[in-house]
Amino acid sequence: MRVYFDNAATTAMDDRVIEAMLPYMKLHYGNPSSVHSHGREVRSAVEKARKKVAELINASPSEIFFTSGGTEADNTAIVCGIETHGIKHAITSPIEHHAVLHTLEECAKKGKIKLSLLDVNQKGEINLDQLEGLLKANPNSFVSLMHANNEIGNINDLNAIGNLAKTYGAFFHSDTVQTMGHYVHDLKTLPVDALVAGGHKFHGPKGSGFLYVRKDKKIHPFIHGGAQERNMRGGTENVIGIIGIAKALELAYEDMNGHRSHIESLKKRFIELLKENIPGVTFNGRSGDLEKSLYTVLNVSLPPSEENRGMLLFNLDLHGISASGGSACSSGATVGSHVLRALGHDPERESVRFSFSRYNTLEEVDYTIEKLKELYAISV
Amino acid sequence: MNYPIYMDYNATTPCLEEVVQAMLPFFSQHFGNAASKSHAYGWMAENAIENAREQVADLIGAKSKEIIFTSGATEAINLAIKGIFEVFKGKKQHYITCQTEHKAVLDTFKSLEKEGAEISYLSVNQYGEIDLEEVMSSIQEHTKMIALMWGNNETGLLHPMDDIIRIANEKNIILLTDAVQTVGKIPVNVSGIHMMAFSSHKFYGPKGVGALYIRHNHPLPKPFPLIVGGGHEKGYRSGTLNVPGIVGMGKAAEIQQKSIESDMDRLLLLRNKLEINLLKISGTKLNGSQKKRLPHVTNISFEGVEGEELLRAVNKKVAVSSGSACTSISPKPSHVLSAMGLDSDLGRASIRFSLGKFSTEKEIEDCVSHVQQIIQELRNKS
Repeated sequence: MRVYFDNAATTAMDDRVIEAMLPYMKLHYGNPSSVHSHGREVRSAVEKARKKVAELINASPSEIFFTSGGTEADNTAIVCGIETHGIKHAITSPIEHHAVLHTLEECAKKGKIKLSLLDVNQKGEINLDQLEGLLKANPNSFVSLMHANNEIGNINDLNAIGNLAKTYGAFFHSDTVQTMGHYVHDLKTLPVDALVAGGHKFHGPKGSGFLYVRKDKKIHPFIHGGAQERNMRGGTENVIGIIGIAKALELAYEDMNGHRSHIESLKKRFIELLKENIPGVTFNGRSGDLEKSLYTVLNVSLPPSEENRGMLLFNLDLHGISASGGSACSSGATVGSHVLRALGHDPERESVRFSFSRYNTLEEVDYTIEKLKELYAISV
Repeated sequence: MNYPIYMDYNATTPCLEEVVQAMLPFFSQHFGNAASKSHAYGWMAENAIENAREQVADLIGAKSKEIIFTSGATEAINLAIKGIFEVFKGKKQHYITCQTEHKAVLDTFKSLEKEGAEISYLSVNQYGEIDLEEVMSSIQEHTKMIALMWGNNETGLLHPMDDIIRIANEKNIILLTDAVQTVGKIPVNVSGIHMMAFSSHKFYGPKGVGALYIRHNHPLPKPFPLIVGGGHEKGYRSGTLNVPGIVGMGKAAEIQQKSIESDMDRLLLLRNKLEINLLKISGTKLNGSQKKRLPHVTNISFEGVEGEELLRAVNKKVAVSSGSACTSISPKPSHVLSAMGLDSDLGRASIRFSLGKFSTEKEIEDCVSHVQQIIQELRNKS
């Protein structure tokens, strides 16, 4: 059995997304900036995709900018948001994705901003009172807090954060890479100034993403050269990527509740079976709490075991189960997860992130539990 | 939809069937994240990336570790220029480029000017050629980079890269070249060049992928990253790798490496036939030099017709452009032709014809007769 439980790293593309993209490789291959019909046909497809994305998240097409992915979108929002609005102070948390954390740290290193990190407790939760205190003390701040954590699945209350940001006149950017396509975002009511998406996290293509920037919070371009994306992002558009991300988002919204209840049932069963079968199992962050975490992510902390020390993920892979220790973006590094470190996780214990998609099944959950039992030599 | 004859290969090219076929498995079954180190999906993707890196490196005579994948040449150019600017931030900085560069280079330098960088924009003669003396005399003690394109996107003119390489290396200055129009089209070797930006969709690969070549083993600084967070691509460029796109670029590079010479020979004949016949129309003039240029491009001005009208009429049957696609929405005459001294009316009434792999003799003939007819009609009207 081949089980893919690393959907927070990337997801399999939906066949319907691939089908939508293919005609734009060989048949409709024009450059959307060209004025002839090869170009115009493709321009119209790109703008339709923008309209579709805008419609789904209840934004205006002029607020959507296509990028090469979530990381570029985060970099753009942060670097250019800070520059354009003359911001001198930023607030984030130590468990943000590196696309946010490193970008803000760079800005601080270059002397553009002073950076304040919120405290997180052992469950990975931030404290809104502390946020409010910092906002009060530093007018015109930049706040970057993710919607949901990619490793431990904790969900932040964007409404509460956004309202605080609004009250104190801050620019609020949220890395929504893990929730876009899995949760509804309604930008008419959501008090967020900028949010981002990476297509490949919701069964769309890699190399595609978008940035939403609220109309009244316009920012300068990040990549210069050419008038593409209404002068916001130079470079020939990744047409197939744009078609693909819009299609993927459309499919995600089409049956979001259906996908959600299916995936939730997987996660619920996974939690139950782990508790039943693996003594000493705990869950990192809030990921064991279905109400307070992503339904797609379960971060499991397993008791120390000689046989699996540092080898658990490879042992799982030998059994055909793909999972990860944390963010794929740093999974090559030997430094371990900065998120778990911030939570004070005991490094003697093994942590595995299992992350699910609509393509996973209950059988895969059962199979994985069986293999975990074997690896921990627990007889039935 | 019935498309006109495509003669705008400098704007973009269709993906080759083999390229599409190479990409498909990485859309579907091999969908892993190349940064996932703990399972086979990730390893599979990583292997594919490294294979593509070698294919791309081979095409330009580089080592594979010198290739940094980006979302395209524009991003690569931004990374190269802004990345060097960041290295020297706070110091007096001077850069040399040329008036006829692509907007990706010019707009990026404009953004640095606002931050205090000093930029020399070299002039060109009526053929679009730079003067090497001017390059030399522009060099200052604090010159950090020479950025000159290899082949011009509008006229196809090739800058004297050997001489530019020699000057940059003698003076110990970083040389960046925008090789978007030459890589995969004519033989290109990075020897002596410090950084080179290029793009996959200009040589039959997918859009949304490009690369920056960053030469190793030299003492001059390498750029700071533009996009951070995750440390992909040796820290030069963060973000989940566009696996299918990169695989496509690799495949296109492999194919072009084999067919570059035969493509060039064939397209040169077709281009010359097109050019000779179009120049037979009275009141026409070739823009650029007939000597050192890309074999598949010609840029011709038509006197006594209005630019926008001309383009619209030609585009009914032949897809061409009046300059760079990136600026083709703008009603202003091409900045390249203006720099070459064309007056703005004639600049607007100029058309770039660029040929490619799928161009045929028949298309050339149809194009010539279509243009002949249009010019006659437009001139009769006025």
